[in-house]
Amino acid sequence: MSAWEPVVGLEIHVELDTRTKMFCGCAVTKGDPPNTHTCPVCLAHPGALPVVNQRAVEYATRIALALECTVRPRNVFHRKNYFYPDLPKAYQISQFDEPLAVDGWFEYWVGEDKLRCRINRVHMEEDAAKLVHAGGEAGRIAGSDYSMVDFNRGGTPLIEIVGEPDIPSAEAAAEFLRQLRGLIVELGVSECNMEEGQVRWDANLSVRPAGGAELGTRTELKNMNSFRFLQQALEAERVRQIEVLEAGGAIDQETLHFDPDTGVTTPLRSKEEAHDYRYFPEPDLVPLVMDAAWVEEVRAGLPELPGARVERFMEQYVLSRGDALLLGSSGPLARFYEEVVAEGVDPKAAANWTMGEYLAHLNETGLEPGRGHVTPGRLAALVKLVQEGAVSATGGKQVFALMLEERGEPAAIVAKHGLAQVSDAGELEAVVQKVLDDNPSQVEQFRAGKEQLAGFFVGQVMKATRGRANPKLVNELVRDLLTR
Amino acid sequence: MTTGLDPLRLTAREARRLLVDGEVTAAELLTAYLDQIEAVEDAVHAYLQVTADNARRYATEIDSEMGAARGALAGLPTAIKDNMVTEGVVTTCASKILHNYQPIYTATAVKQLFGDHVVMLGKANMDEFAMGSSCENSGFGPTRNPWDLSTVPGGSSGGSAAAVAAGEALWALGSDTGGSIRQPAALCGVVGMKPTYGAVSRYGLVAFASSLDQIGPITRDVWDCALLLGHIVGRDPCDSTSIELPCAVELPTAERLDGLRFGIPGEYLAAGVEPGVRARFDETVVRIEELGGVCEEISLPHTEYALPAYYIIAPAEASANLARFDGVRYGYRAAPVDDLIDMYERTRGEGFGAEVKRRIMIGTYALSSGYYDAFYGQAQRVRTLVRRDFAEAFEAVDLVVSPTSPTVAFKLGSRTADPLAMYMSDVCTIPVNLAGLPAISIPCGLADGLPVGFQLIGPAFSENAILSAAHALEQAIGFDQVASFREAGR
Repeated sequence: MSAWEPVVGLEIHVELDTRTKMFCGCAVTKGDPPNTHTCPVCLAHPGALPVVNQRAVEYATRIALALECTVRPRNVFHRKNYFYPDLPKAYQISQFDEPLAVDGWFEYWVGEDKLRCRINRVHMEEDAAKLVHAGGEAGRIAGSDYSMVDFNRGGTPLIEIVGEPDIPSAEAAAEFLRQLRGLIVELGVSECNMEEGQVRWDANLSVRPAGGAELGTRTELKNMNSFRFLQQALEAERVRQIEVLEAGGAIDQETLHFDPDTGVTTPLRSKEEAHDYRYFPEPDLVPLVMDAAWVEEVRAGLPELPGARVERFMEQYVLSRGDALLLGSSGPLARFYEEVVAEGVDPKAAANWTMGEYLAHLNETGLEPGRGHVTPGRLAALVKLVQEGAVSATGGKQVFALMLEERGEPAAIVAKHGLAQVSDAGELEAVVQKVLDDNPSQVEQFRAGKEQLAGFFVGQVMKATRGRANPKLVNELVRDLLTR
Repeated sequence: MTTGLDPLRLTAREARRLLVDGEVTAAELLTAYLDQIEAVEDAVHAYLQVTADNARRYATEIDSEMGAARGALAGLPTAIKDNMVTEGVVTTCASKILHNYQPIYTATAVKQLFGDHVVMLGKANMDEFAMGSSCENSGFGPTRNPWDLSTVPGGSSGGSAAAVAAGEALWALGSDTGGSIRQPAALCGVVGMKPTYGAVSRYGLVAFASSLDQIGPITRDVWDCALLLGHIVGRDPCDSTSIELPCAVELPTAERLDGLRFGIPGEYLAAGVEPGVRARFDETVVRIEELGGVCEEISLPHTEYALPAYYIIAPAEASANLARFDGVRYGYRAAPVDDLIDMYERTRGEGFGAEVKRRIMIGTYALSSGYYDAFYGQAQRVRTLVRRDFAEAFEAVDLVVSPTSPTVAFKLGSRTADPLAMYMSDVCTIPVNLAGLPAISIPCGLADGLPVGFQLIGPAFSENAILSAAHALEQAIGFDQVASFREAGR
């Protein structure tokens, strides 16, 4: 047991999938030619004024409520002032001391443990534009010849979720984010596309003597969007801090850069350390007064959330925590699973096939659950064939592979390829007898008391029937004929 | 002039009648104003840009094609303060940083007027980004007061007020953040009104101090003022702070003030009001009583804190509002530069004038971490007290009256070295902006040969009551608005 324990806090930014931007009517898009979705407002032309996107407020409220936050009856936008070419007004409209929602929590699983992280606040703001650096090293500002600004992204609605430093490990931080992402996707407010940076986060870590009450000095890792790198970076930083402290040193509060190639965190040299954002209330917007009845309407419209669903799966389908997490965390996969069960399939068998063959198929093809031609109905039909003994377990896997190839119904594939399980005792007895006749020395050994050889005969029968024989029946027949 | 039109005397009411009755064409009316601009603009410099060609083309179109489709204000020659964006027509806010800026859209209030088919004469001069009380802070040279070319027209809407006073426009739009419509109207002997905050959309008004800015009319008389106001008010979906007036703007007809109670705040008549201004004010109070009104002394106890609060709040908002002028997307950009920071610093250093820089620095300081509460926070609390002062006053009286400006027009250059003296020009007008109230300035006579303004302030959305009282008073005063054009005694 280590004498030190790490404490991790996360601040997460999520781009919302609203049709239009946070403060103007320009479309929120991905991949369109640069600067094709702009207007006086999101280009910050003189005289232009922001107007709050109501749908964005609704989406943000959904997130806040799903995180068990209190939606504040009145919330205020502030200006956060700083100069940068991706911020055309030279201030970001954000929220400061009167945010949308406060005081919530998020429960997530790490292995067998359910952990709770308190949520300090959820607030709304707008995204910056995208900078493109040309010339020099690809994409890097250092050494580039010039920079261009694409304002298509500028003004995209953004939610910031500020978590309390309640996360006990690097692994837990990664799990927290995976499960939080699942929650947000489930809410239908953002696809949380990782490659496109729809979800980004800042992480801070400190260490303290195990069981201690006070937090140590923290360091920060900014603007990350990979679960794996986050876990590696936090782990590296945990080790580094402990080394520093055990050598009698002190931790500097600073922002760090993590290099995934070397696995080392290094201080970020930045002139912008001591930013004074000079927050003040945005005078171009009136305070948002949140109607209590409307908030309740939004709450009533929330879907079943992944955390609750996992627990329901454990209870309703008697699944292990691991299986329930795997099947219940993502909405589309959970819905697929439940549709299979709804066809009258044993939940445990349905779970095994969904997590086994089906998930492997999704991983291989990159398909979303429910897409492709393996429908819940077809998978259910296959599982039923196996359970009824019409197809052996091994045969079932062959049928699944053929379903992918031939896009057909399992029963038809079984018939076409002669994969039906042979359960005809008369037909099998002849095969068993032939195996015994072909292996006289083994028969002798068996009769001399080497009973484990039964398995050998069963294997030979299965081989001879290309796996189609009902193994239980073969087992009985082998013993029967040998002891006759 | 064949039409016999006199731009120095013509009102919109009369011009509209002449146009509707077919006695003059829009083109003839326009020509009268373009001729006057030709005659006096060199001396007055009311405009940053006269859009004569566009205006002629448009007036001809109105005459020949529109017929019955003509808008309510069709053909009326109008000056627009250069802080309202006009699509395709350079808009600079009198700042070098926007010297070549062509807006990509038109301000809502201006668009409304264009929808009524007014003819834009050009973009009026102003103090840079509306920061000033004399028009001397224009980045492109000052405007002079038509009453005495050695004096200032007031500011920041000095170009708009001077244009109307000099007959270079039938009427004009100005904007008022701390008195920027009313004070120049007073100094130029014309009528100027700041509506209730939110009554007119700010969309397309280049922001100085967002919580204080308001567009309003500058006209030759009160009736015209009501007419123009009625065509620019309204809730605008593009301005979240805009609001529909509870009732339509009425064209005033009142000639009496019977039963109306007028409050005279002692604090506004304290030190600094020139004797001549005080004399005209006192005479006007007597007139109010002659018309049946009742005048009483009232107190607005937090008045002395209004000016300092304003000079925290307005610069604070301005420091953020003007941050977008960074040389990246439009306007002036310094070149060549070393790097991004150098580009920002030189662009803004070279593009902004001294007063603008002063206010950006004050505002930045007031919002800084550690100072926010002592400055910005405290100023907002004062603002609440000023608002409460008025609310309490309006429980006892219908309107509050005061001099618009403590002085008549002052000499060019006489206050430029002393910002505090300049700031005092707005001591009677600033509290009104802090409280978001409507107020009008009407001429009430001359002192030392220069116009004196009389201010009437009402509760929020009392535009009709203010216009009505101002109309009755204006009739009784009978001010002769024709500017004397005394040459500068230089």
